[in-house]
Amino acid sequence: MNRHLISAGDLSRDDAVLILDTATELASVAGRPIKKLPTLRGMTVVNLFYEDSTRTRTSFEAAAKRLSADVINFSAKGSSVAKGESLKDTALTLEAMGADAIVIRHPASGAPRRLANWITGRVVNAGDGTHEHPTQALLDAFTIRERLMPVEDQRGQGLDGVRVTIVGDVLHSRVARSNVLLLTTLGAEVTVVAPPTLMPHAIGTWPCKASYDLDAELRKADVVMMLRVQQERMTAAYFPTVREYRRRYGLDTDRMALLPERAIIMHPGPMNRGVEIAAEVADSPRSTIVAQVANGVTVRMAVLYLMLGGAGEETA
Amino acid sequence: MLTPEEIRRALTRIAHEILERTHGGEGVVLLGIPTRGVYLARRLATRIGEFEDAPVPVGSLDVTMHRDDLRLRPARALQRTQVPSDGVDGKTVVLVDDVLFSGRTIRAALDALNDLGRPRAVQLAVLVDRGHRELPIRADYVGKNLPTAHREAVRVLLTEIDGEDSVLLGERAK
Repeated sequence: MNRHLISAGDLSRDDAVLILDTATELASVAGRPIKKLPTLRGMTVVNLFYEDSTRTRTSFEAAAKRLSADVINFSAKGSSVAKGESLKDTALTLEAMGADAIVIRHPASGAPRRLANWITGRVVNAGDGTHEHPTQALLDAFTIRERLMPVEDQRGQGLDGVRVTIVGDVLHSRVARSNVLLLTTLGAEVTVVAPPTLMPHAIGTWPCKASYDLDAELRKADVVMMLRVQQERMTAAYFPTVREYRRRYGLDTDRMALLPERAIIMHPGPMNRGVEIAAEVADSPRSTIVAQVANGVTVRMAVLYLMLGGAGEETA
Repeated sequence: MLTPEEIRRALTRIAHEILERTHGGEGVVLLGIPTRGVYLARRLATRIGEFEDAPVPVGSLDVTMHRDDLRLRPARALQRTQVPSDGVDGKTVVLVDDVLFSGRTIRAALDALNDLGRPRAVQLAVLVDRGHRELPIRADYVGKNLPTAHREAVRVLLTEIDGEDSVLLGERAK
């Protein structure tokens, strides 16, 4: 494992498989009466959130607490940040208070990388701008492996040959970027589908295929991952109307019928029901949306354990 | 130090002892400690099943997250913990491991077990007891007592993963 988890692209296949295998074993903890392990007792994990997030923050919090770490939540609103304190000063302050790891979400792409240069503790990227969200990609990979492979065959396995189609606002999506990097590292064949205005210009340099034809891609997908239409990041008119977006790129029951028998439907949440995904599709048995949330805690436990659980400079 | 026949006979004897001590194996659950303890637990379960004509629940208990030396080494990969569907509450749990040395693994196992439920009693079966305990822990069932020097290493090989059954004594790799 690396010192920090900044980008899904930093993970080797062995690293990624180790995280998934660790998560598979940790999953059983969620089903026990005592959902707690003593492993990170005495360690402090700081959740440093400069952007609103309920799902990711609580997920990291639950993960750290299940490993017996102490958790400090620091949200930029109503804090010293509102008084003009810089990221660097905030981070050094938190480290002086004894933070062993900082989980950071920041609206600026690259903020976690900068942070990693300033502090001696570990840094976990919980989403930076439109750049990356590596733990989301890890939990998606975990969910895919869990759904498509029998549990006794999972250990040591990647996602070789699994066809994943990622649909929607690829341009603004850190989830899409991290997933493309991680899933291809694990051997999956990834295709991104987006309206031309929401397709990154440099898509040719990504390790995936690109398409504008959703219906054709759905017919051969094992996994379809719908992205949220991020109205808060859209400063220009990327598509004429929500209705038109829904008609061309939304997943409704008719489109779901095009999918192969065993294909699963994913969404990183929060969903815009009726925009990128129809309510009946989100609630169908093929949707893994609730499982993804549960798996998020497990996968983040695995990441925190592997980063903090062992001796300082590891080579494993 | 032990031949395949000796290992086989030791396990057969332990299986009989477990039955004797637990009055026929009523309420017994065997939990192997990965990696090799799991295979030993399965072999014991097979034997007990043959002697008494009733299957004994068998599972595995990974103790990695409860070890006291985690911070001394790089983070380790976890192994499977699989508790039989009836759980451990009110049962007589027999922990099974290959080598009993410092006792620290068993201490971790007792902690791990604590989080899974409340057994009526916990017992310990090991194939080899090599001495040098660092904690007040002893085994209830021992395949063979092997006096060793602290610097020596004991390795148990099992057919299931090593291709052969044997117990080896050598110098500890530094």
